[in-house]
Amino acid sequence: MSEQDILSGLAAIVNEVAGVPASSVTSEKSFVDDLDIDSLSMVEVVMAAEDKFGVSIPDAEVKNLKTVGDAVAYIAKASA
Amino acid sequence: MTAVIRPSTGAAYSKLLGVGGYRPKRIVTNEELCTWLDSTDEWIRERSGITERRWAGDDETVVSMAVEASRKALAHAGIAAEQIGAIVLGTITHPFQTPSAAAEVAYLLGATNAGAFDTSAACAGFCYGIAIADGLIRNGTSEYVLNIGVEKLTDFIDKTDRGTGFIFADGAGAVVMGPSAEPAIGPTIWGSDGSQRDVIIAEPDWVTLRREGGDWPVVKMQGQRVFRWAVGEMANVCRQALDAAGVSPEDLDVFIPHQANMRITDAMIRSLHLPEHVVVARDIALQGNTSAASIPLAMARLYENNEVHSGQTALLVGFGAGLVYAAQVVTLP
Repeated sequence: MSEQDILSGLAAIVNEVAGVPASSVTSEKSFVDDLDIDSLSMVEVVMAAEDKFGVSIPDAEVKNLKTVGDAVAYIAKASA
Repeated sequence: MTAVIRPSTGAAYSKLLGVGGYRPKRIVTNEELCTWLDSTDEWIRERSGITERRWAGDDETVVSMAVEASRKALAHAGIAAEQIGAIVLGTITHPFQTPSAAAEVAYLLGATNAGAFDTSAACAGFCYGIAIADGLIRNGTSEYVLNIGVEKLTDFIDKTDRGTGFIFADGAGAVVMGPSAEPAIGPTIWGSDGSQRDVIIAEPDWVTLRREGGDWPVVKMQGQRVFRWAVGEMANVCRQALDAAGVSPEDLDVFIPHQANMRITDAMIRSLHLPEHVVVARDIALQGNTSAASIPLAMARLYENNEVHSGQTALLVGFGAGLVYAAQVVTLP
């Protein structure tokens, strides 16, 4: 799966969990500062991403996923 | 010689006959709470959906609250205390190692024919109680059973803890259960995961406290781990309970989850894809999280608000410290 596919899949998840327009979910955006995703919503995003992309994202890793790009890169690597 | 023993014979099915709740008199708003807790009304609302909670005073004990809730449930059911054959009381905050709260509740109610005992299944306590009561009624041990969930969590929390100080509260709820000609309680889907015992735990234990001293035991919770477990696993448990009962989400009228956190409830609804017509209990907003008491209290409020009526189909799910969980589909009393 390409990084572009992962990005669009992640954008759909962020939209469903937090109501953020999918078009504003771009690589450089910070989940907390730009997209207003709080810690509990972030847990939901991570769980949905695990289901969608068939990867495991442990709790310890979640805090390193500051931007959308961080998450895309992690998922791309984990699913490679 | 081996004597022939006559086994007990019970009712074909059991059902809920009445529900009642007791809410402590004192209302603690987020604004008041933030005079001692380093937080804000906005933060608490966003993270939990709680706007105010009920906290018990010195005159409102686990036993007294359980008695008040039980009297209402008995009145709703039209059953006399003497008819009750068993009292199953779920709590983690009765401050006596022994005797149980249930035996004293039986005495104070005048339930002179009831076996009585406490269970410790935290926030799943009420749903565990339904499974136990259903078994007692159907195997013939008891005709009518009082299933109570009651907590005075404020005795066992750190009121200045930013993770738990705004969540937990006090109260009691009870249902009367009895025999039924028709099925009205679905199979209970339950389980436990002791490998996660540290996720929600009251520490230190009594013996360590006695030997080594230290702070009073309070409930500590790893909120995000609980959230992940609850949202991830409990939706599956709900699906299993619906499947086991042969009830589809479209057939469901009411969803009464343990009132852990409004965000958990919302995430579970999303995950379950519950239809719009399903009434969802949101008692936590004005009551806080009362552990074992939260489901019957939420059920009682739905009646008070005329949001539900007798004969409707409801999905119940409890989950909490242990970790433990239980869910079943029931017909409302």
